[in-house]
Amino acid sequence: MKLVKLVPDHTNLDFMRWRNLALILSIIATAASIAFTAYRGLNLGIDFIGGEVVRAEFAQPVHIDDLRTRVDRLGVGEASIQALGNDRTYQIRLPKPAGSDAASNATVTKLRAAIPQAYPGARVAAGESVSGKVSEELAQDSAMAIGFAMIGIAIYIWIRFEWQFGVGALLTLAHDIAMTLGFFAFTRLQVDLNVVAAFLTIVGYSLNDTVVIYDRIRENLRKYRKMAILPLLNLSLNETLARTVVTSLTVLLALGVLMLIGPQVIFGLAIAIFLGVVIGTYSSIYISAPVLVWLGVTPHSFLKPEDSETAEAQPA
Amino acid sequence: MLEFPRWKVWLVSLVVALGVLLSIPSLIAGTQVARYWPSWMPQYKVNLGLDLAGGSHLLLEADQADALKTRLQGMEDSVSTELRRDPRIDIGDISTANGALSFMVRDPTQVDAAVERMRKLTQPVALTGNRDWDVTVVDSTRIVLTPTPSGTAKALKDAMGVARDVVRRRIDPSGTKEITVITEGGNRILVEVPGVEDPEALKRLVGQTARLEFKLVDLSANPQDVQQGHAPPGSQVLPMAKGGGFIAVKRRVMVSGEQITKATQGYDQNGRPDIEITFNTAGARRFGRTTQENVGKPFAIILDDKVLSYPNINEPILGGNAQITGDFTVQSANDLAVSLASGKLPIKLIPIEERTVSAELGADSIHKGAIAAIVSVLGVVVFMLVTYGRFGVYANIALVVNAFLILGIMAMFNATLTLPGIAGFVLTIGAAVDANVLINERIREEIRRGRRLIDAVETGYHEAFRAIFDANVTHVISAGIMAYFGSGPVRGFAVVLLIGVVTSVFTAVYFTRMLVALWIRRARPRELHI
Repeated sequence: MKLVKLVPDHTNLDFMRWRNLALILSIIATAASIAFTAYRGLNLGIDFIGGEVVRAEFAQPVHIDDLRTRVDRLGVGEASIQALGNDRTYQIRLPKPAGSDAASNATVTKLRAAIPQAYPGARVAAGESVSGKVSEELAQDSAMAIGFAMIGIAIYIWIRFEWQFGVGALLTLAHDIAMTLGFFAFTRLQVDLNVVAAFLTIVGYSLNDTVVIYDRIRENLRKYRKMAILPLLNLSLNETLARTVVTSLTVLLALGVLMLIGPQVIFGLAIAIFLGVVIGTYSSIYISAPVLVWLGVTPHSFLKPEDSETAEAQPA
Repeated sequence: MLEFPRWKVWLVSLVVALGVLLSIPSLIAGTQVARYWPSWMPQYKVNLGLDLAGGSHLLLEADQADALKTRLQGMEDSVSTELRRDPRIDIGDISTANGALSFMVRDPTQVDAAVERMRKLTQPVALTGNRDWDVTVVDSTRIVLTPTPSGTAKALKDAMGVARDVVRRRIDPSGTKEITVITEGGNRILVEVPGVEDPEALKRLVGQTARLEFKLVDLSANPQDVQQGHAPPGSQVLPMAKGGGFIAVKRRVMVSGEQITKATQGYDQNGRPDIEITFNTAGARRFGRTTQENVGKPFAIILDDKVLSYPNINEPILGGNAQITGDFTVQSANDLAVSLASGKLPIKLIPIEERTVSAELGADSIHKGAIAAIVSVLGVVVFMLVTYGRFGVYANIALVVNAFLILGIMAMFNATLTLPGIAGFVLTIGAAVDANVLINERIREEIRRGRRLIDAVETGYHEAFRAIFDANVTHVISAGIMAYFGSGPVRGFAVVLLIGVVTSVFTAVYFTRMLVALWIRRARPRELHI
């Protein structure tokens, strides 16, 4: 059987040649993402701003305008209605009742009763109601969790490698998170607790590639002490390129399946991680590695030359 | 590399077999095959989260302003009772404003005696060295009782403990359902009930404090004064539960809900729903004596400070049985009966978050999630096969074993599988092969560099492990933080990722190394096709 080699042996791409261009592009894209997120804002779900959501399933196709008229007539406040995949499943979202901490869901009760009356065979499949108090806490906890995860991982990399690598990891993560946020701001996809879980996953997984590349850079720094830093980075990136491609493809394959045929409820989670992996693969090459050049990493960055790994290493 | 002693092979095989065995009950749950699973085999099953099983999630928060009010009222009652023992101490101008209880002692010479009696009412709070109330004297005749922070904290903690048990008894009187009732963050109670799709039913049950009291109606009160809110000394004005209006009742409690041993929904002579209650011995004796002494007079049935009804005492009620009449439906009478039987809530609870998923939507999620997971596995398996050949087969065996192990471990710890958890499963499948990719690519590289076969395999596993370890630590950090901060479904996602990290290192590194070692030892290949 002939085995498929996605990356031919002895591939030697000059990645670092484009590092300044890539940097400019990354800075522009990151700045645009941040600006976009700040300017247009995220489409936050009720998890983070409170309110009520009802998922209604109908026996027959229902027109959105018809549904909107009927919901408006109930007098339950400014409802936003969205079709979920087809014209038989709708999500009806209601703002949180003013001036109350309680998740007062008198409105949901009204909807629950009104929908099956207006549409025979219809049913409310799910309902959620989050008070302002809880949503504030969830938003705060989520932001803290993402922050802690980024810092925690950067510190770990710093301990396992050197401080320059820790800074590189942190910048890479900030880049990935900012870009993914920008994507959510741009597409107006709803950000709920699942998406935050996806962000935390991105923090873990986008660094996967970075760690592998850093590990190889460290190995090569010890092995080829006379080599200049740019060729050394190129060598390390090329040596790990086959692995980067294959792993990213398997993860994307699994996530793509989940995104396309998986349950609709976790589409946001799946697409966020999918995107995070794509961006993470790019940034592990064009952010993580060049940062080391700018921070002045040299073979002398590793002060323990008598390491076991050095002793074992043999010239190619 | 080839040193893989027989006992290690057996041990690894045993772990794998155990994982498969443990995961089977979860896989066949709900199908016909489940009946053929022998009872002496492991029966552990993965818990399904509410988003997959369908059900209601309700987060309740203690109303602390209400709790303070109740506590001040309770103290006021204790103070009245205590000072009645000494007829020389006469007090007036009782106030519960500004979160403290204060009153005036009319005879200045009795202030010290009154303070002494107040001190006796306060209690030390364990371990803090503080008492639960501060007793101070202002303007030489006014005694002020202020709840201390540690006293309030302890009262809240005690109340939450009781409230949790009461909530559980109300939702699940028979104690047979698989419901979750836990306290969170000191002032919250989380309730999760699988199968219940209408959170309203839950809220009706836990929304009522259900403090039941029987008090005599004060017939001496001037009806006009009562409507103005004024009651004679020793009495209080209470609103009617239905129809508006007020009524004056004696402060002294005849009997209260605490003395009820049984409460069921029934019907009165006119066929209207009511609640039939049975008092315990002490309650029955007191109720009998009071009704004996007050034949012909009305008594008020009071629920949560509202008067439900005030029937006349036609004859002494001696058997310890009574009916609560009021404007009930069968549903509301039934809810109240359950609430009374489970005891009153020591603290008012407000729902602050609720989520419901229907069983159909949950089943649909499982179905779609399972299909997505299977297609993902197949995709990854084919991909690995065409990329790495024999070593791909080993990685694939490891992948399947890994899936069983994750499920088996989750079943063993009775962990909860949520919808994001299924996503975590799919993600773990995609990422678990990363370790094998790292190893296989490294082996390819070493062979290109001209190493001998066994040497290349050995170096591949050894050199790749460092990166595998570091990458997995970063997953553990992010998943651990997710498990700590996240709630419900998100925590379910984190749990799958955490278990997946551990099992995938075992299967992808250790297990495949064993397979490779056994193959090399058996076949003694001269060259490697990788």
